[in-house]
Amino acid sequence: MKRPLRRLGTAVIVMIGLLLANIAYTQVIKADDYRADPNNKRTLVAEYSRQRGQITAAGGVVLARSDPVNDQYQYQRVYPGAEVYADLTGYYSMRYGPTGLERNQNDILSGESPELIAGQLSDLITGRDPRGGNVELNIVPAVQQAAYSAMTDKSYVGAVVAIEPSTGKILAMVSTPSYDPNPLASHSDEVQRQAYNALVNADPSPLVNRAIGAVYPPGSTFKLVIAAAALQNGYTPQTPVTGESTITLPDAGGATLSNFGGETCANGGGADVPLTEALAFSCNTAFAQVAMAVGAVPIRKQAEALGVDGNPIDIGMDVVGSRLGDVPDTASLAQTGIGQRDVAVTPFQMAWITATIANGGDRMVPHLIAKTTKPDLSVISQTSPESLGQAIPIPVADEVRDMMIASEQETLGSGGISGLTIASKTGTAEHGNDPKNTPPHTWYTAFAPADNPKVAVAVLVENGGDLGLDATGSKVAAPIGRSVIAAALAGP
Amino acid sequence: MSKRTDTAGGSKDVVTPRRPTGRTAELLMLIFASVIVTSALVLVELNQNRALDWSLAYYGGGYLLALAIAHLLIRRYARYADPLLLPVVALLNGIGLVMIYRLDLAAEIAAVNRGDEPPTPPQATLQLVWTAVALVFFLIVLVVVRDHTVLQSYAYTLALVGVIFLAIPAILPSSLSEVNGAQIWIKVPGLFSIQPAEFAKIALIIFAAAFLVSKRTVLSTAGKRIFGMVLPRARDLGPLIVALLLALAVLVRGKDLGTALLLFGTLLAMLYVATSRISWLVIGLLGFAGGAYIAYRLFSHVRVRVDIWLDPFGDPLGSGYQLVQSLFGLGTGGIFGTGLGAGRPDIVPFASTDFIMAALGEELGLVGISAILLCYLILTARGIRTGLACRDGFGTLLAGGLAFSLALQMFIVVGGVTRLIPLTGLTTPFLSYGGSSLLANYVILALLVRISDSSRRPPEPRRAAPLSRPQPLSEVNTEMVPVTSKGTPGSTAGGAA
Repeated sequence: MKRPLRRLGTAVIVMIGLLLANIAYTQVIKADDYRADPNNKRTLVAEYSRQRGQITAAGGVVLARSDPVNDQYQYQRVYPGAEVYADLTGYYSMRYGPTGLERNQNDILSGESPELIAGQLSDLITGRDPRGGNVELNIVPAVQQAAYSAMTDKSYVGAVVAIEPSTGKILAMVSTPSYDPNPLASHSDEVQRQAYNALVNADPSPLVNRAIGAVYPPGSTFKLVIAAAALQNGYTPQTPVTGESTITLPDAGGATLSNFGGETCANGGGADVPLTEALAFSCNTAFAQVAMAVGAVPIRKQAEALGVDGNPIDIGMDVVGSRLGDVPDTASLAQTGIGQRDVAVTPFQMAWITATIANGGDRMVPHLIAKTTKPDLSVISQTSPESLGQAIPIPVADEVRDMMIASEQETLGSGGISGLTIASKTGTAEHGNDPKNTPPHTWYTAFAPADNPKVAVAVLVENGGDLGLDATGSKVAAPIGRSVIAAALAGP
Repeated sequence: MSKRTDTAGGSKDVVTPRRPTGRTAELLMLIFASVIVTSALVLVELNQNRALDWSLAYYGGGYLLALAIAHLLIRRYARYADPLLLPVVALLNGIGLVMIYRLDLAAEIAAVNRGDEPPTPPQATLQLVWTAVALVFFLIVLVVVRDHTVLQSYAYTLALVGVIFLAIPAILPSSLSEVNGAQIWIKVPGLFSIQPAEFAKIALIIFAAAFLVSKRTVLSTAGKRIFGMVLPRARDLGPLIVALLLALAVLVRGKDLGTALLLFGTLLAMLYVATSRISWLVIGLLGFAGGAYIAYRLFSHVRVRVDIWLDPFGDPLGSGYQLVQSLFGLGTGGIFGTGLGAGRPDIVPFASTDFIMAALGEELGLVGISAILLCYLILTARGIRTGLACRDGFGTLLAGGLAFSLALQMFIVVGGVTRLIPLTGLTTPFLSYGGSSLLANYVILALLVRISDSSRRPPEPRRAAPLSRPQPLSEVNTEMVPVTSKGTPGSTAGGAA
């Protein structure tokens, strides 16, 4: 009886050996797979209980920080800028995941980035909690606030983007309606859920980042691109173009294309007008004919050179691609010439195009982020002005600039700043299934001072703002743009 | 006939009557276990950012005090008992308590976040009460069962009790017996619920030990020799068939795979130990394989378990959720663990009961889980050693059976939560939350302590005793009588080595 009992003892050793071998396999070899599995909430929780880095705007203004609290997650994410910066920061929600910069810059903020891991090893030895790195933005609070206030004062739905032309720094980026990200970062599941449901059910949706996450027909603002293409293909600012109020599109079964309000260009009775005047008065018939004359290929080439190539852009956040469309026939080429048909751009893209014109055609890489730093504020990475090359030849860019100065002079709307020369272009874009009876999207894109540009701005107000069918870019969007320019030039 | 030589050698001990009992070592190890458990508690509090105060020291001190009482009782009633048994159990029980407390904290936070009241009373408090009750059971068994061989006389009574205990939940309406799909409970609404199988297990092991010892000559000698194995006669298959039927009944009626596996495995192991015949193992394992196959084909709950085992990630948020979360916990813990109180073991369902090893694996890592498994190895090894050193066949088989049942139960549940074998519901002995399990396992501990006391006790001559210890040892002497005299019924068994 003792021998089999001893064997039973051996069997127990084997059993425990098997358990140990299997557990070692699970905890050592499979560990990384299990940790990284998307269904494993622990990794998320661990990330949430880490001291996350700060997001700051220029001048050290804090947009997102982690305050120590006395609960299981240890740190509460706080957004002091709330609605004004929500489309930049996004929110950091346990339940719904991070969005905005919280998502895009998560590696830095959470401390997961390789540059921060080394620091954390020493943190482990010294026994401190691993902290995340910081993200410092180029956003200028005064400009951001001006843009946000201008939009929300009138309850406009839309977006504003401001860029410093010489550096590509993004000075402001606003999307309205916005939301308060604070309740979404609450440690209470219930608070998160209520806040989220309110956002999901809200109409128009605050969850769409209209500056970078939605595309709109650019309307007449796209005439800047057509003009740049034309000026490189035999046109000069003085080249006469048609002043007719209506033209018939070729091969389109008699379909016509008219100027705004059915007027002749510059009220010239239908006589030819110089290209400059056609842009200043935003004559559709003229630019439809210019587009048809120049041809799809040079227009596409110019659009792609300016970034309208369908590809998403990384500015520190993801910008959806802007596109020209297929341009299948001459009629659509004519419509493309006035920024309709299949042309679709983000407000960010429009600001970037204007900034490029302002910078003499030299296209600068747009940067939302100034630098990222370690918890001890030593620099991890820093952005510096970086040129993507001449998207438009310098003389052509200068000619477009002069045409934009003329355009601004013809543009209605309040907010003009005495002694300041602004170069601008408005847009009033039809959209929807019944374009004539749908309030248009209104645009205004501009830079100033025209001779030494410090800021380029694009404003989009959806669905006519507060003017409905009567809305135009000059009446609705232009005053917003001018107030943002004023804030940007007011200086620190 | 080693015990005879022991007895002969014992006469030399008259010169030095006080053989080391190991009691001081036991006390030191108990203090050590309390220190580990208290430190673990402090770690939990620190990692949960809770204020440290002297109440922790009281908890640690209280735990040590309870253990010290158990220790004094062993000194009094089983002074030659194996000194390792109680400290190892104390350590396991203490670690279990800390983990249950830690899971309570998580449940409290979760409740507060939901806006609910935290569950009262917390599980740790209940488990602490159960630990105290279990220690009382331990004491009662130790005092009442002064000689384990007495249990032989109650073998059939215990068998009946065991079967009735197993049968009650099956007979009761499911409202009084079903928890989480397994009909294995006796619920007294509003008061408590017990898992009778935990106690039935002990009764059946005692019965099996007595029965097998009395029949072992027949079971181990008769039979034909085929393929190099001596096959038992058909009529001797009775006990094994009974064991199989019992297991199947538990499986079918109570949907309790774990207990079925545990009962069958333990009884088969005891049959093998009693007879030394491999053929029993082979027949038993073939029977098991056949039974398992039939169960797989017939019962959907068995099939579900096996399918989850084969592919837990096939439905990670549905049927595979428990096992997947358990594996995530273990994986996240890695080699060194997250630290006690710093992980999220509460994500795994049933973390305080069936899945407590996953919780420990997450926070203590491979290192901690290995240490805990080694504790079980020590416990089982000391139990088996108790059996080996025992002077009577019944004691040998009983100690071996009890020790093996602890190891097998631990293997079934830990193997299940770590996906070594299909997951079946069982408690992890001494670690898991659960009164029945804790009480039953302390009874097993008491029996092992009792048997080890008798096997390690020097056969002191009667006249030597009053000299050294006037009062208590007189009792011990009366206790000695049954060991030698009552050994007669099983002496054919007990004599053979």
